[in-house]
Amino acid sequence: MCAQPIIELHGITRSYGAGEALVKALDGVDLTISTGEFVAIMGPSGSGKSTAMNIIGCLDRPTAGQYRFNRVEVAALDQDQRALLRRHYLGFVFQGFNLLPRTTALENVELPLIYKGLPKSERGARAREALRRVGLEGREDHTPSQLSGGQQQRVAIARALAGEPMVMLADEPTGNLDTARSNEIMQLLQRLNREEGLTIVMVTHEEDMARYASRLVVFTDGRILRDAPVAAEGAA
Amino acid sequence: MIWETIRLALTTITRNALRSFLTVLGVVIGVAAVIAMVTVGQGSSEQVSADVGSLGTDLLILRPGARMLGPGTRDSAPAFKLSDVDALRDLSVLSAVAPVVSTSQTAVFGSSNRTTTVTGTTSDYLTIGNWDIERGRGFSNIEDRSGANVCIIGETVRTALFGSTDPTGETIRIKSISCEVIGYLIAKGAGTFGQDQDDIVMMPIKTVQRRLEGNQDVASISMQLAPGISTARAIFEIDTLMQERRRIELGEENDFSVSDMKEIASMLNSVNAVLTGLLSSVAAVSLLVGGIGIMNIMLVSVTERTREIGIRLSVGAQAHQVLAQFLIEAVVLSLIGGVIGILIGLGLALLAARIMAIPFVPSGWVIVLAFGFSALVGVIFGYFPARRAAQLDPIEALRHQ
Repeated sequence: MCAQPIIELHGITRSYGAGEALVKALDGVDLTISTGEFVAIMGPSGSGKSTAMNIIGCLDRPTAGQYRFNRVEVAALDQDQRALLRRHYLGFVFQGFNLLPRTTALENVELPLIYKGLPKSERGARAREALRRVGLEGREDHTPSQLSGGQQQRVAIARALAGEPMVMLADEPTGNLDTARSNEIMQLLQRLNREEGLTIVMVTHEEDMARYASRLVVFTDGRILRDAPVAAEGAA
Repeated sequence: MIWETIRLALTTITRNALRSFLTVLGVVIGVAAVIAMVTVGQGSSEQVSADVGSLGTDLLILRPGARMLGPGTRDSAPAFKLSDVDALRDLSVLSAVAPVVSTSQTAVFGSSNRTTTVTGTTSDYLTIGNWDIERGRGFSNIEDRSGANVCIIGETVRTALFGSTDPTGETIRIKSISCEVIGYLIAKGAGTFGQDQDDIVMMPIKTVQRRLEGNQDVASISMQLAPGISTARAIFEIDTLMQERRRIELGEENDFSVSDMKEIASMLNSVNAVLTGLLSSVAAVSLLVGGIGIMNIMLVSVTERTREIGIRLSVGAQAHQVLAQFLIEAVVLSLIGGVIGILIGLGLALLAARIMAIPFVPSGWVIVLAFGFSALVGVIFGYFPARRAAQLDPIEALRHQ
C-alpha cells in the first residue's frame, strides 16, 4: 500500500481560559499519521491526548497551529463543513459505546448512513454487512440493553465502519470492558487495520492494548514525549 | 431526509406514549375548545335563522323608546295604551294586533306553585305567535274586553302544577286573583335565547293591568302583516300613525320603535357572534398554554437526549439537521394534538347540538385554521428547544451522562 499522510498536525495548541487561568491542554504538537497506520496514543490523564483526539476528529478546534486532514486545512472549514468531514471520512468509537438506547443494533449502525442520504434498502444492506464484519450476525434486532458490553462496542465499531471512513478514531475503546473482552475488541481492530487497511487512531491508557497498534505516541503535559513503532510482532 | 425525520419523530413520540399524550393535552384541550365553541356558535346562529323563519317574517313588534338593540326601554318614553292598539287595528296593512304586558308571578295550585311569566294579551296573540291550543279554548271577545279571571297555561306550568292531570276547569291563584284555566298550549320548546317558551300563563290584558299591575300601560304591541304587504310599507304606516298619536313633531326623534323579525335575527346573530368570539378567544388562550407545555417538554427532552444529540453530531449530523429533528418532533406532536383536539371538539359540538336542539354545523375553515394554528404552536414553541439542541457542543454532549 502506498502510504500517504492523511492527518497532519503542525504546532497545534489548544488552550482554555485566559490570563492567569490560561491552561494549555496542547502546546505546539506536531504529528503526522499516514494511511494504513494503527496509532495508539497514550499518556496520563490531563496530558492532552483526548484533546488531540477531539481536534483530529474535528469535534474541537485548535487555538493555534495547522491541522490538515487529507490535505484540507480544517481550520478554514465552518461547523457544517466539519460535520460533513466527519460524516464522509471519519468513524468514531467511544469508551462509553454511545449507542442510541432502545434502538436496535441495525438502526444504530444505519445512523451515519441516514445522514449520508442513502436509501433505506441500501442502508439496511450496508449495516448488515458492517455487523457481519464485527461478528454480530443474527443480533441485528437486539437493542443495546440486550447486548453485553463487548457486543455493544462491536455495534459501535460496526457503526463507525458502515460509513466507510478513511480513519477510525477510537477513544479508549476498551475502557469499559474486562480483559478478555478488551483483547477481543483489539484483535478486531487489528484485523480491520491489517486485512482491510483501515487507518486507526486510538487513545488508551492501557499498555497491553497499545501493543496491538503499529505505532505508539505518548503525550505528557500537552506535548509529545515519545513517538515510535511498536516493537513487538506489530511492525510490518 | 424530511420523511426520515418525520418517521424518527413518530418513533420518539410513540416510544414515550404517555408523556407525549400529557404533553399535547394542552393543545388537545385548546383546539377542542375552539372547535366546539365555533361549531356550537354557528349552529345556534343557524337555529336563530330557522326560528325566525318559523315565526314568520310577518311579525312586527312596537315598543316604546327610540330604536335600540336588545330588550327593554332605554328612556322614559310613555307606554302605549289600549286605545293605541285599537287605532292600529284600523290599519289595513296589519291583519292582527295584540297588546302585551308581561310580569313575573307565582302561580299556585293546591300545594304546587311555580314562578312564571304572566303575559296579559288578547286572543290575537295566539295567532300572531303561532300558538296552538292543545285542549280547551282561547279567550272569548267578552273575556278580552271585560278582563275576566281566566287563563291559558303553557306546557311547563301545566306539568309543574297539575302533573299529568287535565287542568281545564281548575282554578289557579296568581297573587290575589283566582282564575280559571280555560285551556293549555301545545309545547313550543326552547326559544331563540334558549328560554323556555312554555313557561307562560296568558291572561286577558285587562285582568293583568287592573289586578296585577295596577295601571293602564301596554308594554309592547305585536302585529302581523296583512298578506302581500311589504314590511317597509307597514312600518311607514305604523310610524305615521304613532307619530300623530304621540304628538311627535316633524324632525323630532320617535319615542317608539318598530322592529321586524329580520332585525331581531340580525341582533341575535351579532350577540351570538360576540359570545362565540369571546369564548373562542378564551379557548385560544388555552392553546397558548398548551404550546408552552410543548416547549417545556421539548426542553426536557433536549436535556435528556443530549447524548443522543452528541452521537448524531459525531456521525456527521449538521446543526440544522438536529434543529430540524427537534422542530419536526414538536410540530408532529402538536399536529397530533390538533387532530385529536379537532375530533374531540367536533364530538363535543355534536353532543351540545343534540342537547341544545340546534343544528350541528361543522365548518371546514375552522378545522383548517385549528390545524394550521396547532402547527404554528409547534413551530413557535418547538424552535427554542430545537435551537438549544442544535447549538450543543458535540464534545460536551457526548460526555453528558
